[in-house]
Amino acid sequence: MTTAATLPYVGQPVRRDRQRMIERIAGIGFAMPAFVLLLLTNVVPLLVLLYLSFTDFKLGELNSHFLGLDNFRKALADPVFRRSLYNTFIYVAIVLPGAVGLGLLIAVLLHRRKRTRSFYEVIYFLPVTSTLIAMATVWQFILHPRLGPVNGVLRAMGFNAIPFLSEPSYVLPTLAAIGIWQLVGFNMVLFLAGLSAIPRDLYEAAEIDGCRSGIDRFITITWPLLGPTTMFVIVTTSITAFKVFDTVAVMTRGGPMGSSEVLLYAIYLEGYQYFHMGYAAALTLIFLAFVLLFSILQTFVLERRVHY
Amino acid sequence: MASVALQSIGKSFAGVPVLRDINLDIADGEFLTLVGASGCGKSTLIRIIAGLEPQSTGTVLIGGVPVDHLRPHERQVAMVFQSYALYPHMKVFANIALPLVMSRLTLVERLPFLRLMSRRRRSVMAGINDEVRAVAKQLQIEGLLERRPSQLSGGQRQRVALGRAMVRKPAAFLMDEPLSNLDAKLRVHMRSELAELHARIGTTFVYVTHDQVEAMTMSDRVAMMDNGEILQLGRPSELYARPANIRVAQFIGTPAINLLPAKANAEGFVEMLGHSLPVRAVSAPGSALTIGIRPEALTPTPLSTTRAGFHALSGKLRRSENLGAGHILHVDLIAPAHGSVTCAVAGALEPFVIDGAELALQFASAACHVFDANGERVADNDAHTHAMPAATRVGALG
Amino acid sequence: MQNVEATALLQPPVAKRVTPAGALVRRALSLLVVHGILIAGAIFILLPFVWMLITSIKSPAEIFAVDFSLWPKHFSGAENYGRALSKVPLLRFALNGLIVCAGILIVQVLVAVPCAYALAKLRFPGRTALLALVLMGLCIPIQVPALPLYMGLAELGLLNTYFAIMMPFFLSVFAIFLFRQFFKSYPDEIIHAARLDGMSEFEIVWLIVVPSAWPAIAAFAVFSIVAHWNDLYWPLIVISDTNLATPPLGMMFFADAETGSNYGALTAAATVLTAPLVIAFLIARRRFIDGITMTGIK
Repeated sequence: MTTAATLPYVGQPVRRDRQRMIERIAGIGFAMPAFVLLLLTNVVPLLVLLYLSFTDFKLGELNSHFLGLDNFRKALADPVFRRSLYNTFIYVAIVLPGAVGLGLLIAVLLHRRKRTRSFYEVIYFLPVTSTLIAMATVWQFILHPRLGPVNGVLRAMGFNAIPFLSEPSYVLPTLAAIGIWQLVGFNMVLFLAGLSAIPRDLYEAAEIDGCRSGIDRFITITWPLLGPTTMFVIVTTSITAFKVFDTVAVMTRGGPMGSSEVLLYAIYLEGYQYFHMGYAAALTLIFLAFVLLFSILQTFVLERRVHY
Repeated sequence: MASVALQSIGKSFAGVPVLRDINLDIADGEFLTLVGASGCGKSTLIRIIAGLEPQSTGTVLIGGVPVDHLRPHERQVAMVFQSYALYPHMKVFANIALPLVMSRLTLVERLPFLRLMSRRRRSVMAGINDEVRAVAKQLQIEGLLERRPSQLSGGQRQRVALGRAMVRKPAAFLMDEPLSNLDAKLRVHMRSELAELHARIGTTFVYVTHDQVEAMTMSDRVAMMDNGEILQLGRPSELYARPANIRVAQFIGTPAINLLPAKANAEGFVEMLGHSLPVRAVSAPGSALTIGIRPEALTPTPLSTTRAGFHALSGKLRRSENLGAGHILHVDLIAPAHGSVTCAVAGALEPFVIDGAELALQFASAACHVFDANGERVADNDAHTHAMPAATRVGALG
Repeated sequence: MQNVEATALLQPPVAKRVTPAGALVRRALSLLVVHGILIAGAIFILLPFVWMLITSIKSPAEIFAVDFSLWPKHFSGAENYGRALSKVPLLRFALNGLIVCAGILIVQVLVAVPCAYALAKLRFPGRTALLALVLMGLCIPIQVPALPLYMGLAELGLLNTYFAIMMPFFLSVFAIFLFRQFFKSYPDEIIHAARLDGMSEFEIVWLIVVPSAWPAIAAFAVFSIVAHWNDLYWPLIVISDTNLATPPLGMMFFADAETGSNYGALTAAATVLTAPLVIAFLIARRRFIDGITMTGIK
């Protein structure tokens, strides 16, 4: 016969169950708004995109036909689209080494400074907080062939003025330079954080072991131990560069003659100017595929190679 | 192998003096320990010797040659850090080989891709390979050469750090608290290993620690530091038997020395707790003194016993700690004396030593260390300072 | 084994002797190079800001003069700024920016905090699925769902509203992720103690856990405000009414209206629209930088 004395936990399981129930309800309740919004702003749109990409839906038209993979085939064959892809890759190819390399250089130089450090930090970080559109307009003026100071200096030195934004072969590098201008400060901050995580006595041990110059220190200690930070900066910079839109929309509108039309701008035109929703949906999915590729790179390569 | 000399070394950080006029001569092949509490300046001093920190004043000489203008790696010293500072991204082999790689290969021969073009590199690396393996064999870490530091235990990492230092064949080894990060048992083991290593290779060792046991057991000489100064320099036995001042006496020896107030009486002898000791006081009559008696110099006896030539403190046993090989007794002194003293006894306790019992703690006058009001040692407990004052009873005090 | 002559050891094998003077010169030279590079970079960075400010107070005659000078001879600041402020509702744009950023931030925090807490500390059905969805959402930039969202809003007639601008951002998966990391490291014992004291889960979240997560929330706030004040893509899509334009969009409208002509007013407008964030940054720069660092080192 069992008595309360031999069942020491009578009453406990009930309380524990109730606690679990409360946790469940609270959990669901807390997560519900986020979940609903997730569905509304991410999942449903993705599904709609998927559906749209298989049709030739145009906003305002009544009929739309199922096209299968035709939109995608059309995109891959479309010279306009291919050019926008090409332009975007060129842009990323210039911005990536520029923004990462410069950010690293500035961070390495600033890391040892004591008194001047926050002065330079503030300066280099300013572009990150500034409104790119506004600054882009100013850049447009600065690079103006006749009115801008850059060309003014060039002319004073005896060179011809360079039409930065109106010459097709110059426009992408110019936009890339502005892109670098905007990103350097951000990368610098990230690298500074990574640098300060390197223990100081490693440098001292290296100095005793014979690391004489800054270059020695850099290749022996700094660069290998910055691995994770560098990977992170590379991936975020490339994704940000891939999403370039603002400068193109304000300064060149894809010109001259489409030489600065980048992927997002092409999608913008297709979807919101020409209203070719089906086609634009297909393009958006291609865009997403590339971004996902970069993100997956981050998750996998980061874990493997760069952790000690 | 070389001697290390410090002449008038001073160091201030932002106006705050950390080292004051340090003069030190370390002989070739000597094992010298800098010991002291945190903040005494010992780590700063060893970093100045290494060249990691410039001194504010004074000169460092290695092998009789001033090295103040030389960079750390030019001074031919090797350093073992408290955290070992092993390069985490390199394997053990590369860690140990790094000093040799740095000194024997040019920059071009070290760069990641360009080095493939160098033929000389291959022969140099072969030589380096042999040396690294020889050192690894000496330290018994050959099997670890392909591992990364994160895969090693604390003791193994320590040996790798030692190997990296040894492979340079330096003029002097500098060690900044290398055993602090190890657990107690491992520390004891590594202590003897380091001492044996020193005996084997005979290089000058400059060792920094806050642990007085390490200082006492490993060193040829010990320099005790406090507040940026060297309080006493001498063999471990000297610091134990003749501490130059109270701070040294308190730091060396476990349990810590007992300190009791005393004064110089009118007859010129040291008077403690109202009774004169047969120790001549050098200071003026009436001046305040402190007597230090080590716990191991006190012997507990029943209250009523006396022994010729011995004096005693009367007290009540508050608590005893059993160490296995001996005991530590915490005794509260009986009025009119106040305070408590520690007494260390080897072996088992006599049956009368129980909590709450009243005891006489006997000591010889030769075991008294006398310090003046400034804490400086004033009298040597040699036989000639002791006399038998005519009218003083030898026996219990207090 | 180690018996090498000390003095022989101290002769450096190949390098030259370093004299104290030589060391000083070397140090001075390296400082020169370092600061040279830093200053050159700083000039590159500051050029647009400086030029923007200077041009905004120059007169049109000077701006278009063939030989330009750095410092304006005639101060037309008042005219330029006046023109900018009157021609286009600049302050209105700034106000819109404020409304939009504040609205987005508030909802983001209100939605993300409970969700992050639930994912970090509570056990409930569907938790792993939700986490997977959140991680997936991290990889999807706003430009992807933009198209269907635009269509949906158009259908509902909600274009050209504050709601339209703010809506896609109400959920910030980044905030959920960031807060979850933070909450995960919050000690369970405090929560248990609070439960024993009779607090409801809701109170625990807002009264106990959130105050301790203040640094993370502040860091995220910085991140969110900067991102949404400067966002062009989405407002461009859903807004055509200048009264609702956010600063970037407003700038674009103004630039369109003034194509190629009044650079003075243009740069004045650019100054007005860039100023709020820049000033906020200068005041609270530690917060900004710490925020970026913290969100970077997830």
